[in-house]
This record gives sequence, structure tokens and C-alpha cells, in this order.
Amino acid sequence: MTTTATVRPGDPARPGDPTAVGHGAELSAAELAAVRADFPLLGRTVRGGRPLVYLDSAATSQKPQVVLDTEVDFYEQRNAAVHRGAHQLAEEATIAFEDARASLAAFVGADPGEIVWTPGATSAINLVAYAMSNATLGRGGVEARRFALGAGDEIVVTEAEHHANLVPWQELCARTGATLRWIPVGDDGRLDLSDLDSIVTERTRVLAFGHVSNVTGAVAPVARLVAAARRVGALTVLDACQSVPHLPVDLHALGVDFAAFSGHKMLGPTGVGALYGRRELLEAMPPVTTGGSMVEVVTMEATTYAPPPQRFEAGTQMVAQAVGLGVAADYLGELGMGAVAAHEVLLAEELLRIGEIPGVRVIGPSNVGVGPGGLPDRLAVVSFVVDGVHAHDVGQVLDDRGIAVRVGHHCAQPLHRRFGIAATARASASVYTTTDEVGAFREALAGVRAFFSVN
Amino acid sequence: MSSLEQMYQQVILDHAKHPHGRGLVDHGPGDLLQGESHQVNTTCGDEVTLRVAVAPGAAGIGGTVESVTWEGQGCSISQASTSVMTELVTGASLTEAARLDALFHDLMSSRGRGLGDDDEDVLGDATAFTGVSQYPARIKCALLGWAALKDSLVRSGALVSTDGLR
Ligand SMILES: Cc1ncc(COP(=O)(O)O)c(C=O)c1O
Repeated sequence: MTTTATVRPGDPARPGDPTAVGHGAELSAAELAAVRADFPLLGRTVRGGRPLVYLDSAATSQKPQVVLDTEVDFYEQRNAAVHRGAHQLAEEATIAFEDARASLAAFVGADPGEIVWTPGATSAINLVAYAMSNATLGRGGVEARRFALGAGDEIVVTEAEHHANLVPWQELCARTGATLRWIPVGDDGRLDLSDLDSIVTERTRVLAFGHVSNVTGAVAPVARLVAAARRVGALTVLDACQSVPHLPVDLHALGVDFAAFSGHKMLGPTGVGALYGRRELLEAMPPVTTGGSMVEVVTMEATTYAPPPQRFEAGTQMVAQAVGLGVAADYLGELGMGAVAAHEVLLAEELLRIGEIPGVRVIGPSNVGVGPGGLPDRLAVVSFVVDGVHAHDVGQVLDDRGIAVRVGHHCAQPLHRRFGIAATARASASVYTTTDEVGAFREALAGVRAFFSVN
Repeated sequence: MSSLEQMYQQVILDHAKHPHGRGLVDHGPGDLLQGESHQVNTTCGDEVTLRVAVAPGAAGIGGTVESVTWEGQGCSISQASTSVMTELVTGASLTEAARLDALFHDLMSSRGRGLGDDDEDVLGDATAFTGVSQYPARIKCALLGWAALKDSLVRSGALVSTDGLR
């Protein structure tokens, strides 16, 4: 690390604590070995017997045995419909489901009632956007008016967004007559806040932004953006997909109004994620998906709705996955997110050394500094281009060496267009990634241009 | 040969470096039927814009592909495949072009096994893409130019539908 961060070891007793990170706080070699042993998939080989080097955790993470076992155990021992049924199994399933919500809430610094289960981050963001649509149509009564939009209103996003935090807002604008504006990205891959005050104005109703870019790894200045939104009374929506698995995240402390994240990126199952909403906002927000389980009183004429979070959880939920996600959160919490983040700072620094390879250019910040709260200002997600070799071809050569990276635009076309490139290759780490793996990646990458006889 | 070397055959690398048919040509008004197509590979954002000019056959039946030109950017597989295709179909009758297209699609579905000798003779340099068919994610790259060819032939009016070309 290029700066001197406060060194405090991760404290497993306080998951979600924004513990400052720095060298010395990271996982020990023995701890890391123990972590890796928890992930059965990491032991497999690929492409003719090569050990797998999985550097695609930003797309989806691998899962520890305890998460897999939890899902199996749920089906073997507790499977029943939750929140209905008068039998013991239903009771046990409901307890497991709600305990998982409590675990996840504690992990991200929220109250359980502020966590709505969704199939993932994409659904969570769409939930907010469609609730605002419904409010615009007059649904939800007077309390929901604060979510109504119209001509003259503006929604602000950033040029760095994943399509999941861009397209729903474009669509919401199209449905309501609001206008989409965005904060640009500078050459360094960080948000360019120089015109912030003329972008976030009295007309701004929503400010939606990613906590950590899934392309550049840059950590957004959340406090500054939240302050800008608050000054004008705009709602903030944080896409926390790439932060929650890698940093201590305390949503109450960050002060955002909504946040979305996916279970599958944080060692949990696919098919489950969460929307966080401040209690007061969720209470005022009209439902989106309607049907069973989200109602109070239903007559043939009209229906009243359950309080949050059930109001937003219509139909049978992904119970086994939710229970698995609760355990994934506990798993990370026990490692301590301070230690996880410190480990990943090391990995980010090791990954960034690819910038020393001739012809390799990193898209995004080229070093790891210390941001607010002593946390790193960029994470171990490193996108890059290789002069004269297309990203797809880079990925293919790495794959042949057993190294899994992602290639393409990573669901962030505007950001790629900003840098004048169609595609990048991306290496991303997680808590189980080792510096040896990153070394193997660098070595393989160094051979790519020779393979294609580019010099 | 490793799977990787089977995929990146020298022919492919050569075509990728020195592609044929690059640079769009407009033949202007005249007897040629012209069509243009823009295709994008949604996974990686690779693009090709391709133009065909077809000399219609006697009594308006059939015709000959007079020229194929294109522009685009993408991986070596998509660039080389479009280049090889350009060579193969230029001068071919629409029926021959349809056969080549069908054979190349068959090759791409062959999971690395390739086709019979006769069919491979017809495909010529394009058989070098056999190795690509082992990698499901890359088959789309190899088919990008062919998709643009088919679409531009339809747009030119030379083909009534894509029945002839898959
Ligand atoms: C920053 C970011 N936002 C949103 C998403 C969408 O998450 P999901 O596909 O799990 O809904 C992703 C994952 O691809 C992401 O990286």
C-alpha cells in the first residue's frame, strides 16, 4: 500500500464494523489455507489437469462447504413453506428464514426489517424503480407521494454503472417523464466530481451509484455523494454488489436510503440477494410484485398490504438460498471483514503489478490508496487491455493455463465507451484468492503477446 | 498440438493480422444488388459492418457474389473468420454461398470433430476453425461475419429469405 493505514485486526465479534485495514491485519497463511480448504470447487483442475486459478469472483464467488451444507440440511430437515402452516416444520423453516435475514442485516449494519429478500441486485434495483413508478401512478396514497416523479425531475447515475444500475433508471425516466443525468468518469477511472453541484441539484430526486466499480475497482466517495443528495433532498440508491463481499459495510453509517446486493457474489447461493431500505422509506413505499404472502386483508374489491419487508416479498420465497446466504454472511463475519479487506488489498496490489508487463494497460486506478475510514480506495478488481491482442484472445490463452478471468464489457458498456474500448479482460479476487495465484496469472499474462507474435 | 494451438492455427493468426475484404466498398448505382448489415456479438461487444454486391442471374434467378467488404473490430477469431469467409464466397453463386454457410455452421457444431473430407475440401481454409468448435463461447465469434453475410444478402434483395442461408 502506498500510504500508512491504521492497522487493526479484523474483529470477528463485530461483523460489519468499518474496521480500518492495512498491512498486518490481513489473513495469516494458515488462516488463508483454512479458508481455501472450505471451498471444494477450488480443489478441481481444468483444461487437462491444470489447477484452477479462479480470478472471476466479481462475476460470481465460489461457495464454502458450510453454505452448501446449509442448503442441503434445509431441504433434508426443515423444508416447509414459511410464514404459513401450523406445523413444526413450518415453524423451523420460518425461524431459519428470519434468522438468515437477521444475520445478513447485522452483517451490513441494518435492522432485519430493513432487508427485503430479492433474487439478486438487479431485482432489488428494479424493485425501487418500479415502486417509484407505482407511486407516480398514485399507488401507495399520500405517503408514497415522495416517490412520485414527473417532467422536470431528474435521476442522477454515474458513467461507471453496471447496466443493472443504469437501465432501470433509464426505463423509469421513460415511464415518468423524468430526465436521466450522470456524473462522468475521469481518465483515472474515478468519478469526476468537479461538476457535482451542477449535476446534483434541486431537481434531483434520485442519486444512484455503485459503491465499488465492477470494472475499475474504484471505491466511490459515498459520504460526499450522500451529502450532495441530502442537501437537495434526493434519495440515494447504493449498488453495493462489489463492496459487501470485500469491505466492512455499515449501511446505517453510510447513510444511504437504499442499497442492493447479490448473495452469489458474497459466497452465498445464486437466486438470492437483498434490497436494503431505510425503514421509514420501505414503510411508505407501494408494493411492486403483488399476490400471496404480502397482504393484510383481501376482499374481492380491494387489498391492504403487509408492512415491510413482507410487503415486497410476494409469493413463495427462495428460502433455502436465503438460509444459505445468512450462513455466508456469518462466515464472512467470523473471518472479520477488516481482515478480508486487508487480504484483498494485498491481492489488489499484486494484481496491479500487471501494469509492469510491456503492452498491458490497467483501466482504472493504478494503485491502492487509503480512502475515508481507513478503507482502501480501490479493490482487487482489475480490468486491463493488452496492446495488439483482443480481450477474448487474452482470456483464451489464460484459460489454457487454468486461469479464469472474464472478458467483454462486464455489463458496463458506457464505461468502456468512455475509455474508447469495446472489451477488456478482468481479473478479480476474493477472500480465498492467494498471491501465488495472482503470480501465476501475471506470468501467464506476460506470455500472451508472444503467443500472438505481437511486439 | 494443444487445444489452444488447435484453435489458433497459423492460418487463423495470419488472416487476423492481414484480413481480406477490410474497408467498405460502395459500388454505386448499377446492376449490382447491394446490401449492408451490422452485427454485434452481445457478449463482448465485437462488431462487424459488412456489404455485399451480387450480380443477379439470368431472368433474375440466382446470382453471383461479386464482392464482400467489411469493417469491424473484434477478436482474432471473428476477424479471421470474416476474412476467410470473404475469400470463400467472393465469386461464388448464391447456391454455393448457401452451401458454404451450411457447412461452416455444421463445422461449428462439430465439437472439434470436424467434417468429412469432401466437405472440408469445400470449406478450404475455413476448416482451420475446427478447433474453435471445441469452445462454445467462441463459436459466436466465428459466426459473426457469416451472420452479417446472410443478413446483407437478404437486405440486398438477392435472397428472398434466409432459407437458403442458415
Ligand atoms: C456492480 C454490479 N451491480 C449489479 C450487478 C448485478 O447483480 P445480479 O446479476 O446478481 O443481479 C453486478 C453483477 O454482475 C455488479 O457487479
